[in-house]
Amino acid sequence: MTDSSLIAADQPATENAPENADAILEMRNLSRVFTRQPVLAETLLKLAGRTPDIPVLRAVRSVNLSVQRGEVLGLAGESGCGKSTLGRMMTGILPASEGTVAFEGGNVATLRGAALKDFTLGVQMVFQDPYSSLNPRQRVAAILAEPLKVHRPDLSRAEINARVDAALEEVGLDVSYRDRFPHQFSGGQRQRIGIARALIVEPQFLVCDEPIAALDVSIQAQVINLFLELRRKRNLTYLFISHDLSVVRHMADRVAIMYLGEIVELAPTAELFADPKHPYTRTLLEQIPSVRNRKRSFSAVKGELPSPLNPPSGCPFHPRCPAAMPQCSVDAPQLQQIAPGRTVSCHLYDKDKTST
Amino acid sequence: MTDQTKASPVLDVRGLQTVFHDTQGAWPAVDGIDLTLYPGEVLGLVGESGSGKSVAGFSVMGLIDPPGEITAGEVLFRGEDLRKKSEEELRRIRGIALAMIFQNPLSTLNPVLRIGEQMTEVLSEHGHDDPAAAASLAVESLRKVGIPAPEQRIHQYPHELSGGMRQRVAIAITLLGDPAVIIADEPTTALDVTIQGQIIAELQKLQVESGAGMIWITHDLGVVAELADRIAVMYAGNIVEMGPTDAVLDHPRHPYTLGLLASVPGDADPGAPLRQVPGNAPPLSQRPLGCPFNPRCSSATDICRREMPARETDAFGRSYLCHHPVSQKADP
Amino acid sequence: MDASNAPHRRDEPMAVRKPLTDTPQRRAMLGKLKRRPSVKKSLIALLVITLIGLCLPFFAQQDPYDLTSFSVMDNRMPPMSESFDGMVFWLGTDGQGRDMLSAILYGMRISLLVGLVSTALALIIGVSVGLVAAVLGGRIEALLMRLVDFVLGFPSILVALVLLAMIGRGVDKVILAIVMVQWANYARIMRSSALSERRKEYVEAAHNLGFGTGRVMFRHVMPNSLSAVLVLATVQIASAITLEATLSFLGVGVPVTEPSLGLLVANGFDYLMSGAYWISFYPGIALLILIFSLNLVGDRLRTALDPKRS
Repeated sequence: MTDSSLIAADQPATENAPENADAILEMRNLSRVFTRQPVLAETLLKLAGRTPDIPVLRAVRSVNLSVQRGEVLGLAGESGCGKSTLGRMMTGILPASEGTVAFEGGNVATLRGAALKDFTLGVQMVFQDPYSSLNPRQRVAAILAEPLKVHRPDLSRAEINARVDAALEEVGLDVSYRDRFPHQFSGGQRQRIGIARALIVEPQFLVCDEPIAALDVSIQAQVINLFLELRRKRNLTYLFISHDLSVVRHMADRVAIMYLGEIVELAPTAELFADPKHPYTRTLLEQIPSVRNRKRSFSAVKGELPSPLNPPSGCPFHPRCPAAMPQCSVDAPQLQQIAPGRTVSCHLYDKDKTST
Repeated sequence: MTDQTKASPVLDVRGLQTVFHDTQGAWPAVDGIDLTLYPGEVLGLVGESGSGKSVAGFSVMGLIDPPGEITAGEVLFRGEDLRKKSEEELRRIRGIALAMIFQNPLSTLNPVLRIGEQMTEVLSEHGHDDPAAAASLAVESLRKVGIPAPEQRIHQYPHELSGGMRQRVAIAITLLGDPAVIIADEPTTALDVTIQGQIIAELQKLQVESGAGMIWITHDLGVVAELADRIAVMYAGNIVEMGPTDAVLDHPRHPYTLGLLASVPGDADPGAPLRQVPGNAPPLSQRPLGCPFNPRCSSATDICRREMPARETDAFGRSYLCHHPVSQKADP
Repeated sequence: MDASNAPHRRDEPMAVRKPLTDTPQRRAMLGKLKRRPSVKKSLIALLVITLIGLCLPFFAQQDPYDLTSFSVMDNRMPPMSESFDGMVFWLGTDGQGRDMLSAILYGMRISLLVGLVSTALALIIGVSVGLVAAVLGGRIEALLMRLVDFVLGFPSILVALVLLAMIGRGVDKVILAIVMVQWANYARIMRSSALSERRKEYVEAAHNLGFGTGRVMFRHVMPNSLSAVLVLATVQIASAITLEATLSFLGVGVPVTEPSLGLLVANGFDYLMSGAYWISFYPGIALLILIFSLNLVGDRLRTALDPKRS
């Protein structure tokens, strides 16, 4: 299996070229691999000179991406594509196996002291599951006050209370809720509390990991509107991870599509939806049920989502791709710039191709 | 679309009421709904959590356990009231002529039985005694739902299959009985978009071939738009609007339907705030008097707070429950 | 924009529907609907039992440790008989002339004390070990868990017997032996509970917010992992009492000067067949009642703590 996508880059994603002047977060060759320790039998085999087959999960494979200050970058894909893992590497919770994450220009792996604290607090996450993202034994006021107590010992109790109340109001919750426990709230309300908690440390960058997937449609609209409003007010940058492309389209300035740990296409939103280049993007867009489409016959994509434990050779999408060529099962394509701000990872767009 | 004008409905639900008991009393989760299903058509039952759509599906099947209780209504399946039947008789119908597909295929399938065993078990429960014939029926059924290499699959366990595959197996089991009505309760909600597309395509094909009537329960308006011939919108235990798909989606008359359609980001200006429906759906024990939607409705007036609206039907075959329906000229 | 059912104004109470009260199966349902036992009430019940148990000797009419308060002349008197100075022996006397009822009241206190103290100590030790193992992971976790496996590999009575044979009799020594035998159970449960809590998103959020390991461990992980441990503890109190009773019966538990119910049963063993059954019998019944009531309360507490019912 050729892993040519891991070839080191002094040729990073060319989408960086003009705009990386104001990148708040940059990822170079970022990879994350999950594996386990060998069990006794495997250790013995290794000692005997054999190589046992220990499963290795390449959740993220050599991603080059930068997030511009103030933008909403949408990250879309289906299960197993690695978008959640990528999001967690951005907040610093998951260290990289290879490659670097740079926050405000500094490699996060080497940050210490005050700079590390700036990064830790500067990038916050809003989680998917409103039911497990809040400590069930803490009242709302305590949940929101705790970060302030830890990081701002200079604040008096009254000041902390005032900030907690302000945070609740900002996310549209009544101040009287401060003494309640999470289980007394609905899913949408819990998400608001989670957002308030993330914002109380005044981050610059918010990683939103499928924040509305678990909510009802009408509540989703409320929370989407809240995100939009907060971004305007606080000048935030978002990474918005979602499998729901219609939501991504509504919120994001640029969209990156992930498949099996790699970014296969990156483009400004309007262009991506108007003219998707990568076959996977095209299929994804066709598959989204939309209220506008009525009773049309579905042309479903063939095949199963591959497991990241056992990815196909060459281009990961080739077994299901309607435009697959013989080259696709052998060579993994590289991310290439095909227009200003647009990159695609597909042999159909190889620069040295003479046809189509 | 299929011609259902003069045919008699294969399923006719009238005044169905299902309640859940607690120490204070019995709260209706489904509060007197009427719906009809004709052979060969797909009815989309749409609603959010707490609307009662799943309870409605289970009630039709007669699968309500305490503290739930079906307290009123008739469920006419092929002309016979299922509520009047004994458990014995119901068991003979359930799973054969009246089948259900659930949301989570992993809990539908028995994890300790091989696929083939589960299918032949269903078959033998319902009369097919010859194991060889049953086995080949099972393989054929799997092939029909698009599972590759079905002869090998029947020897596998559910956990060896992906989510999409498992759901197909569940569908295959449903089809074994040649059902007249299939109730699908959020069958693709837990699946990825591309797999969802595959399942929807399969089900569409199979439903057309078999001529069964299907009720597709979901919260996803996009899915029903693609699949359903008619749509019923549920809110707080009532069907607030029902009618042909195009009519309901293009010219909704109930403010809730309008609000739901506006909540979907599909057509809205990117970056602009969505028109949202404020507030939350009321829990069972806090259903408002009068029209259940009144606290969240921008057109609500006094009468809405006092009186439950009567069902009105219009020329398009659409019915709705509202004192101030959206005018027909309005653009959704 | 407010929470439930906005935009109706909060100062106007919203009219809600009343539930139905007369359905065909309502009566049948009422029988099945049980109020969920509350954690608070069960804990209060436990506290009450404890207090009563500890205060029981107050009601005794005789102090069985005071050698001057009884006379060997009254020995083996059957229940309901009288002593020469008018005191009624409600449950008879033992071989030395001690009033059985008084001895039982004192004995219950000892049994309860041993059960509660050893459970509490074992819980503290076990929870600490389990928490450290879950949070620190790696080699430390492996080491601690192997220790736990080791301890759990031995039958508890055997270990306790050997231990007590080495260190001698005494209430404190019995407590020590029981703690040695029981802490590992808590460690194991705590570790698995803490491991699963650690993976939850609110713990990840705590890390994202820059909280230190200590804070995350004690303020976030631990309080949410405790319910499984408490469930175990309710079973273990009775188990500890039974263990102590067995050890005392075998003669290696509490000393003769501070008899627990088990020892009382042992003392009366020889008389069982010769007619003075009450010397063993009533302490046995008392032990039964004690364990039974603790189990009842423990059961309610377990049901109350069961997350599936929330």
